[in-house]
Amino acid sequence: MKINWFKYSAPMSFYPLAGKLIPLFWIAAIVCIAGGLYWGFFKTADVLNDQKQYYRIIYVHVASAWMAMWLYAVMVFWAMLGLIFNTRLSYMLASATAITGTVMTVIALATGAIWGKTSWGTYWDWDPKLTSFLILLFVYIGYIALQSAIDDKRRSDKASALLALVGLALVPIIYYAVNCPDPTECASLHQESSLKRVESNILIGMLVTTLGFWMYSFATTLMRARIIILERERSTTWVSKLAEITNSERKH
Amino acid sequence: MTSAFWIILKRDLLLALRRRSEIFTVLFFFVVVISLFPLGVGTEEAVLKKIAPGVVWIAALLASTLALDRLFSADYEDGTLEKIVLAPSFLSISVLAKILAHWLLTGLPLVLISPLVGLFYHLPINTILVMMLVLLIGTPVLSMLGAIAAALTLGLRGGGVLVSLLVLPLYIPVLVYGAGAISTSMMQGVSIEPYILLLLAFSLLAMVFSPWVTAVALKISIE
Repeated sequence: MKINWFKYSAPMSFYPLAGKLIPLFWIAAIVCIAGGLYWGFFKTADVLNDQKQYYRIIYVHVASAWMAMWLYAVMVFWAMLGLIFNTRLSYMLASATAITGTVMTVIALATGAIWGKTSWGTYWDWDPKLTSFLILLFVYIGYIALQSAIDDKRRSDKASALLALVGLALVPIIYYAVNCPDPTECASLHQESSLKRVESNILIGMLVTTLGFWMYSFATTLMRARIIILERERSTTWVSKLAEITNSERKH
Repeated sequence: MTSAFWIILKRDLLLALRRRSEIFTVLFFFVVVISLFPLGVGTEEAVLKKIAPGVVWIAALLASTLALDRLFSADYEDGTLEKIVLAPSFLSISVLAKILAHWLLTGLPLVLISPLVGLFYHLPINTILVMMLVLLIGTPVLSMLGAIAAALTLGLRGGGVLVSLLVLPLYIPVLVYGAGAISTSMMQGVSIEPYILLLLAFSLLAMVFSPWVTAVALKISIE
């Protein structure tokens, strides 16, 4: 069977598909987040090493931090697809992803600050991971700012896609620069990434919450993409024939 | 192909020399920013020596972002840029010429004036030489990365602030290694070579990719 992968690259056929998928992703997100947090808050140890109850913020912190980085990759993927195939929908998905990514970065920074205050005694330190996340936030904001500054949609799509690619190329270099500013030594407050050492009980909670955050990202991205489609395609006939459009016009 | 490079380089330099005040604006901005810091943080010699590397680099970053506006905008407004894009030579080569001219007019003067900073901040001669060296290696990178952002924001309202927002995070490696080399040169028995090598590597990388990416960005902005 030959599947036509490009069928859903047309906003007209993608719009109803997204509409059908959104509730599913919302349900999955709520179930996973609620389950993961329940497991994390009530089924895991009260004390982790020398950290007391407050370590439980890990379930939100790690999940949002992972999603913040992952969504940047997703955004670049759509941007690249847009530049290669020149499909409008890819650009729309890229810009829809950027907002959720920014939100995740902010959540990661905020929960990190709270956790930092309780375990390191400070809200902020110029630790490599904190600095990298601050820069990730700047890169996201730059992308959104460039996109909203250009009125011409074609240009704004392509220009911001190119910026996302440049960001992707430079992020490893920036990461290395802030990670190891002094090439002869490297120090950080964060411990080495230590998934293997994490208790499996806590790991389950973390992974399930992350899955929930991922589903949430799908849901919000698709919702935002639908809104972008409606905005940009408002003059087309298929939009004017949509049930939600005709209904709202009848009411007025 | 090379002739296009030389023609554009000569033209840009000639245009700038006819309006010399613009070169000096960037230069004096750099000097003013640097001389404001001691007034803000106090004039103790130890403190000044400690902050000098960062201050020099941040002043250089700000000066070069302010100057970026001039890289393409005048040519864009009078239509020359369109001719350059349509010309039957490699656009990246023409872009490289424009970047080089821009660096000669805005980056090189900063390198040459930087010993003055050394006097302001009581730096030893050896450190001043290191500072000139890293500025010489680092400022071209600022022009190269800046060109990408300048091309992307061509002709936009409030483009100047937007350019700074886009480009300043990308300058971080230059800032870290450039300032690191200067601070290290003030310590005894530590080699500054790793910093210089990393900076050179970043500089070469930018030189290879930035004219090409800038050319793509210009085509997006002009079409």
